[in-house]
Amino acid sequence: MIYRYTEYAIRNKYCVFRIACAIVTSQPPERSPQGRIITRLSQLPWWLLLILLAGLFLFYKIATDELYSFILSKLQRGILTTIGVTVVAYVTAILIGLIAGLGRVSKNPVLFNLSTLYVQIIRGVPILVQIIYVAFVIIPGFFTFLNWLGASYAWLLGPNNFLIQAQQQSISFLVKVTLALAFAYGGFEAETFRAGIESIGNGQMEAARSLGMSYLQAMRYIILPQAVRRILPPLGNDFISMLKDSSLVSVLGVRDVTQEARLYAAASFQYPETYNTLAFVYLSMTFLLSLLLKGIEHRLGKNGRSP
Amino acid sequence: MAAAPKAMIVIQDLVKHFGHVPAVAGVSLTVEAGKVLVIIGPSGSGKSTVLRCINHLETPTSGEIWVDGRRLTHDHKDINAIRAEVGMVFQQFNLFPHLTVLENVMLAQRIIRRRSRAEAERVARQQLERVGIPEKAEAYPEQLSGGQQQRVAIARALAMNPKIMLFDEPTSALDPEMIKDVLDVMLSLAKEGMTMVVVSHEMGFVRAAADEIIFMDQGLIVEHGPPDRLFNAPSQERTRQFLSQILR
Repeated sequence: MIYRYTEYAIRNKYCVFRIACAIVTSQPPERSPQGRIITRLSQLPWWLLLILLAGLFLFYKIATDELYSFILSKLQRGILTTIGVTVVAYVTAILIGLIAGLGRVSKNPVLFNLSTLYVQIIRGVPILVQIIYVAFVIIPGFFTFLNWLGASYAWLLGPNNFLIQAQQQSISFLVKVTLALAFAYGGFEAETFRAGIESIGNGQMEAARSLGMSYLQAMRYIILPQAVRRILPPLGNDFISMLKDSSLVSVLGVRDVTQEARLYAAASFQYPETYNTLAFVYLSMTFLLSLLLKGIEHRLGKNGRSP
Repeated sequence: MAAAPKAMIVIQDLVKHFGHVPAVAGVSLTVEAGKVLVIIGPSGSGKSTVLRCINHLETPTSGEIWVDGRRLTHDHKDINAIRAEVGMVFQQFNLFPHLTVLENVMLAQRIIRRRSRAEAERVARQQLERVGIPEKAEAYPEQLSGGQQQRVAIARALAMNPKIMLFDEPTSALDPEMIKDVLDVMLSLAKEGMTMVVVSHEMGFVRAAADEIIFMDQGLIVEHGPPDRLFNAPSQERTRQFLSQILR
């Protein structure tokens, strides 16, 4: 009896030791019936379970707790604004990034230097500062320039022409910050496009050119289709990053979901409830997006071809 | 400036430097329409560079090149039009991996020759038939062997109805048993009267197809002549040395 107990204790102790091993090294321990279970347990995506658990808890709260569902309804318009800003800014950023990325691989010194200047500035200035700078310096400056242009050409366009009348106040902060976000991310996308283009071997360009295609035709039909397929994962990640960074526009008072939450929390003093809901909203949006992106990558991985 | 010459390819005093390294140090040659010129020589002798200058993949440092009576000048206005008349086959095939074999052969016809989809497909299938792999039309390049890929590359160039075909060591990256298929296609092209410039050391092909051989070393033409004379009675010691190496 005692003997059996000791044996059990020793085995048990051994077990604990193995669990500790598994946790510390996250290496699968030796194979044995108990070991396999521990191995499986240690290989479970615990982080995912925890996120799902937290999400489920908040979902339950929102579904049953009136306060939470009220807060969510308060945030609804903000969520739409966040999604709208992100989508528009992202599409614009991709276009800017494509053009600047082509400039970065261009042999034309003017295009190369302009796009490199742009990328370096974007890289070196914090994104929050960029947003403030575009909204308060660049766009007003652009309008001052338009007014000046209108005044200089008043003899041609009339004394009260549309250029003189153009006022920067006519552009909402929403548009300004969307543009600012697009410019900020355009710099990063430019580098992504450059890396993608440079990853395609020179032979592809030579083969296309030897068939009589112009540089731009070769880019359009041969290089970019292959490059874009390769840079799809980083482009998708940047979309998620931008969704998160779009919260910065709340600094300028644009009523995205963050701003709505701040306003509501400040008025109601329900800080934990409001910010729980806010975090939940962002987390579910990024979570859904990353699932979507994984699906797209998987499909392209099946059909996509690269040398 | 001399009047445009009648020969298909005329090169005068071609010089090409990479940085300070001279790759081609003054080469002149002429290829008449329908003739096959083979360039041989040790690696680094500048033979590929000469070939790549003919369709302006390399910009010559100095010298003149005429292709079918048109001068390849330093301004690039005409260059795409001239390139469409000059097919090129690369050592590494350089097929477009994101397109099927058929699309590979159709693409340039569509956007450069502005052929309709049906017409481009007809020509593409005809050319794939000619190089002996019509059944691979729907495959992607990565599903083909090296020899098959190189034959697709030849079909892709031929579909543009070029006046000249350039081959840059087309069999060097192939397994021995694939080489014959590619050489057979090249040989039949030569018999049909295509003007060809070939950089290759495949002596069987050279003997059977070449009208003239140029032996280059260190960026210069050491010796040139018809294959019989060059192989059997080379006049230069350097040529004899090189031939004894590759004819072993």
